[in-house]
Amino acid sequence: MPPAYRLPFEKPILELEATLAELEAAPGSEVEVRDKIRKTRVELSRLKREIFEKLEPWEVVQVARHPERPHSSDYLELVFDEFVELHGDRAFGDDPAILTGFAKLEDRKVMFVGQQKGRTMKDRAATLNAMPHPEGYRKALHRMQMAAKYRLPIICFIDTPGAYPGIGAEERGQAYQIAFNLREMSRIGTPIVCIVIGEGGSGGALGIGIGDYIAMLQHSYYSVISPEGCAGILWKDSKYKDRAARALKFTSGDLKRLGVIDEIIQEPLGGAHRDHRQTAVILKGRLMQIVRDLSSYPIDRLLERRYDKFRRIGVFEELPPVVGGNGDNRDSAAETA
Amino acid sequence: MSSVEKPEVQASPRPRRKRGVPEGLWMRCEGCGATVFKKKIDEHMGVCTEAGCNYHFYVPAMKRIEQLLDQDSFEEWHTELSSLDPLGFVDRRPYPERLREEQARTGLKEACIVGRGYLRGRPLVCAVTDSAFIMGSMGSVVGEKLTRSIEQATRLLLPLVIVSGSGGGARMHEGILSLMQMGKVCAALGRYHDAGGLFVSVLTNPTMGGVAASFASLGDIIFAEPKALVGFAGPRVVKATVKAELPEGFQTSEFMLAHGFIDRIVSRPQLRTEIARVIDYCVR
Ligand SMILES: [Zn+2]
Repeated sequence: MPPAYRLPFEKPILELEATLAELEAAPGSEVEVRDKIRKTRVELSRLKREIFEKLEPWEVVQVARHPERPHSSDYLELVFDEFVELHGDRAFGDDPAILTGFAKLEDRKVMFVGQQKGRTMKDRAATLNAMPHPEGYRKALHRMQMAAKYRLPIICFIDTPGAYPGIGAEERGQAYQIAFNLREMSRIGTPIVCIVIGEGGSGGALGIGIGDYIAMLQHSYYSVISPEGCAGILWKDSKYKDRAARALKFTSGDLKRLGVIDEIIQEPLGGAHRDHRQTAVILKGRLMQIVRDLSSYPIDRLLERRYDKFRRIGVFEELPPVVGGNGDNRDSAAETA
Repeated sequence: MSSVEKPEVQASPRPRRKRGVPEGLWMRCEGCGATVFKKKIDEHMGVCTEAGCNYHFYVPAMKRIEQLLDQDSFEEWHTELSSLDPLGFVDRRPYPERLREEQARTGLKEACIVGRGYLRGRPLVCAVTDSAFIMGSMGSVVGEKLTRSIEQATRLLLPLVIVSGSGGGARMHEGILSLMQMGKVCAALGRYHDAGGLFVSVLTNPTMGGVAASFASLGDIIFAEPKALVGFAGPRVVKATVKAELPEGFQTSEFMLAHGFIDRIVSRPQLRTEIARVIDYCVR
């Protein structure tokens, strides 16, 4: 077994876990020892709650990127009863960064579309750490359109640092394919549920992120740009990523407050990576309820709701603005990669 | 950092390029390097007149509308919309301060102008984004103005022309709200498409990121001005990711034409003629 991947702020938890393991492994069952074990367990819960309740935004990013965090493939094992993978985009290739196929959620048949990072180095190299190419987005759309034909609800799992910024991706129309998905997903005639399970990286996430119900796992993030990219542009140095992370307001709590997502799905104490099974149980329960609710709408009403959902997002003022400032500073920069 | 982390993109300060036509009588052409007479360039719609150059200088949004539409035919819509600061965003200065400075510097309230007008007598809805206003990036106001004008074009059954100029894509200062504008505008274009509307998208230098990955790429017809930078990820980011030299002409209009994502490359003085001709083919 490789050593557990640890985040700096997890260290006290891991130390206490080691202490607990030692106590539990000790022979005998003296009252004093049992009492100590019980107290340590309580203390461990308290510590996890304390640390994970007030994670800094940059720490949330680290949890969302944790290599032990459950990926799409893990949820396919733990949440769904069957997965019939369907490969390829019918045009260029089969992008492993997005998994698509039929799946069973208990007795309900659904179409699964999920960004996939991969557990091993080899898998991660193949999926480019879940950074899709245009053919990945085309593959996703192809499956979604088929799902609409047979009225299968669609479940999209979002987990990408962003769409792949490479030469081939540009040559094959990354911008066009994402744009096309946004337009088409807004009018696909079947329920679409989107869950951000880890990283919601910009346009690469949104490319499978238009739906009727948008939720985020508690310690995931969903952002217009990566904190590193933002820091590089606005602070001129990617080392200010923690500052950028704070400024961007991209945690699940922020997005709920901003009215962008419908729900925050709680993770087990200490984060999804500490308990895949429990995370899957919670997620499955919510998915079943959400799919059931959405399936009760007639399709035209569903599409109306989906349009309105995105239509109302935005914060602005509708008054004549007061134009001021001396305007002598020409320093400005803003972009997203 | 673990080796499984994605390679961090090294962001280096980019050389600051002067936006807009400088105030002096003379200026240097970035295309051919010649020193050219500003007035002469202005008379040629901001296109370099040196032999074989054809460099397209930046033109401000209002100037673009003057060049594109029939004289005094433009009726601007939604001028009362202005940006707020929903995130309380502060980088090296607070976002509201940045907005005020951009407004004072460009004379615009926001990065896009929308409205209706006539092009050689043909009525249409027209929107222009200005790459000088926070890099032509799309925040809530740009998204809202575009969405409203697309909805109005749908109701009025008018052709829609959007001229894009955006190095910024979705605006960072409004975070996730900016990203969601991409979905909002594209959904409106979906309805417009269903209603049979004709959308002509004109790409100018630069059209990148979240603007390229939303409305700018969804034209029924896509024109691009010559040698504009057009793409999804910025060339610096691509270079840092692939760790190799980028191909000659990477992410130019000509590159995008060769790869099948643009219908025609059109020089600025021909835009009116070309748009009018497309409208005549498509609109009864
Ligand atoms: Zn020139």
